Amino acid sequence: MRLARLSALLISVALAGPVFAQSPTVTPPLSAAPKDDGQWTMPAKNFANTRYSELNEINLSNVANLRPEFTFSLGVNRGQESPAVMAGNTLYMVSPYPNTLYALDLTKPGAPMKWRYDPKPEQASQGVACCDVVNRGPTVADGKVFMSTLDGSIIAVDAEKGTMIWRTKIADINMGETVTMAPFVAKGKVFVGNSGGEYGVRGWIQALDANTGKPVWKAFSTGPDKEVLIGPDFKPFYDADKGKDLGISTWPPDAWKHGGGTVWGWVAYDPDLNLLYNGVGNPGPWNSAQRPGDNKWTNSVFARDIDTGQARWAYQATPHDLFDWDGINESILLDITWKGQPRKVLVRPERNGHLYVIDRATGEVLSAEAYAYTNTTTGVDLKTGRLQRVGDKEPSVGKVLRDVCPTAPGAKDWNPSSFSSSTGLLYIPHNNLCMDWESQETNYIAGTPFVGAEVRMKPGPGGHMGEVTAWNILEGKPAWVIKERFPVWSGALSTAGDLVFYGDMEGWFKAVNAKTGEVVWQFKTGSGIIGQPTTYRGPDGRQYVAILSGVGGWSGAIVSGDLDPRDGTAALGFVNAMRDLKNATTAGGMLYVFRLP
Amino acid sequence: MCSGSLKALMAACAMGALLGACQREERDQRPSPVASETREQVALTTNSAGPSPPEIRVSGKGAKYEASAYDQSQGKKYYAWFNCNGCHSNGGGGSGPPLMDDRWIYGGSIENIVQTIREGRPNGMPSFRGKIPDEQIWQIAAYVRSMSGNTSSDSAPQRNDSMHPHPSESRTPPSPPVNGGTVAPSPSR
Ligand code: HEC
Repeated sequence: MRLARLSALLISVALAGPVFAQSPTVTPPLSAAPKDDGQWTMPAKNFANTRYSELNEINLSNVANLRPEFTFSLGVNRGQESPAVMAGNTLYMVSPYPNTLYALDLTKPGAPMKWRYDPKPEQASQGVACCDVVNRGPTVADGKVFMSTLDGSIIAVDAEKGTMIWRTKIADINMGETVTMAPFVAKGKVFVGNSGGEYGVRGWIQALDANTGKPVWKAFSTGPDKEVLIGPDFKPFYDADKGKDLGISTWPPDAWKHGGGTVWGWVAYDPDLNLLYNGVGNPGPWNSAQRPGDNKWTNSVFARDIDTGQARWAYQATPHDLFDWDGINESILLDITWKGQPRKVLVRPERNGHLYVIDRATGEVLSAEAYAYTNTTTGVDLKTGRLQRVGDKEPSVGKVLRDVCPTAPGAKDWNPSSFSSSTGLLYIPHNNLCMDWESQETNYIAGTPFVGAEVRMKPGPGGHMGEVTAWNILEGKPAWVIKERFPVWSGALSTAGDLVFYGDMEGWFKAVNAKTGEVVWQFKTGSGIIGQPTTYRGPDGRQYVAILSGVGGWSGAIVSGDLDPRDGTAALGFVNAMRDLKNATTAGGMLYVFRLP
Repeated sequence: MCSGSLKALMAACAMGALLGACQREERDQRPSPVASETREQVALTTNSAGPSPPEIRVSGKGAKYEASAYDQSQGKKYYAWFNCNGCHSNGGGGSGPPLMDDRWIYGGSIENIVQTIREGRPNGMPSFRGKIPDEQIWQIAAYVRSMSGNTSSDSAPQRNDSMHPHPSESRTPPSPPVNGGTVAPSPSR
């Protein structure tokens, strides 16, 4: 009964084209998304970032019977953005600060703790975490678990014994740097970048040797070509991205030194092209009047030689950012047939509200359709690659600009989408928010915020704040859309059982019909969900689905940080939209793992 | 109030301005230099060894700042200049805890707040020692007190220069400090 009522409330199916037809013309490259072995060893499942599992024991016909098999408390009631990652017979996850790494033994009833590793990050790092003290999870490779700590250490831990193998400090909290991203491990290297785009840091991504932790290469996002690792191999597709030292000349003098461009999101890797893809975060400060110019290479995506870090191409999706539209979202690697031609592409739901389909060999933008409501840009000029802005939606210092959509967290923030090989659709969990914005002059003081904007967010058109959109990549339009009361801040998972899993900020963990968006099962967990669902085949041969429950993150900071709802500008303006969250959920930190009876 | 003919209006308003000018608050023309700092002997808890509460010895100078509109408006300006708002927003909190509510981890008296700003606090509050002159720390602390309505409403700031985040400090109902704010989890040992 209850289920039926809720579904009726939340579902709205935007009828658009043939929804289900298998889409053989869209497939992830086998080298980046190998055949499923039943494990889930890295947050995005594979190098292609599909978050799709071929397991189908749990499917449309039986999902109604899904029930919790075991739970585990992480002991920290802050935003839980880590996935439960599975390798061998063990489940791994990282708590928010203090970043405890847990290993659970799946061979025993109730999955008892095998070991825990406490990295003991510096306490003070909590103050320089812009948006709750989150961690986006561990990655397992070659018998090691790789994790990052809020205060900027990357650590390799023995996957069996739980002992530290190496620990490398790569970020400095006194400069406002932290690390929240999940290490990305490929070809014997660990790739990580810094967070701190709201603290005037200079962003970078670096590669460490997976065996020793020794730095191999480091590429800054701003500054001279030499330090951005732009050399003779660099062949961007668009003229706007060509020229010498654009990382300096597109800024006022020296502004690039505190200009942000952090790398805290998702990385992809194409073994055939030997290219690594990383997105780059927002420029600092948010006040765009303090940094005239395109501000390269903020809000860009880079293709780099994985061995040397040398850039092959780059594309700046949002030049001269006005609204904190980081370009750190996931790139999903797919091979498609586009206008009759086979194309190797990457697909990116950008914060600016457009779904970019980009040729991943050349950097050419094939299409960029809006997947969420926007009144600030009208699209992308495919000849120049330039984002087309709406003229009167430009902030100026001391003036309140009203009804800007999407908002600072973008049409979609960090929480990753999933591409299903069985439906051929991309499932995008995202926001439906607008905001009022006022730019202000701000001073750079190392280790303190460098923002310069007052923001007040509010629900977008329709009054709901979250959406899950099933996107048809070739047609460039949605197959269906689910509306959610709060922003959807959890990742998505799709399976060969024709199911899509995600969680809402009230705590419901849901399975929906991948073809129609109908909610077919849901379970109310203890706290709001902002994590990354995963699925795996246990040692008993059965399929399990795992999710961490524990509200927080930027959108949930009002609950996890116990903020005062009277101040709409709190949590960089998110509190204005989230006042009701305190009445809907409380803080938590619990793993839930489900199975069929 | 200033109704009637234009002349009368101008006269009345000029009079008002004059009167206001006569009653100007006194202020120190030469605040103490950066290096000097006031030392107030405050406690962070309400219990002490022995039957009586902790001994607190304060100079009492805090009262002057809490009664001064000038100091609180200066404090409001410095609060933004030194990027306090980046972590605490307009009092509602962000990476730092809310400052407009009644709950205090490290004490809500003006002397406690002066110490918090100068020394920093372990879970991420930076130390501003040597970065903000003593006088300005007191002014900021007085402004922080006004956020929770704990300075007199006729001295608390009455308007915002920027986007309206909440009713002005002068209209915030007083919420006397209660010990026991949110303390972040500490790493297990
Ligand atoms: C980098 C972020 C950051 C900046 C900048 C910052 N704070 Fe804080 N502040 C914090 C954090 C985090 C805490 C909580 C510390 C703890 O629990 O140990 C805190 C605590 C406090 C407290 C104590 C609250 C209580 O409940 O006892 C006060 C008062 C305070 N800050 C005022 C200020 C003022 C005034 C400024 C500007 C001069 C400022 N802060 C700048 C992060 C910041």
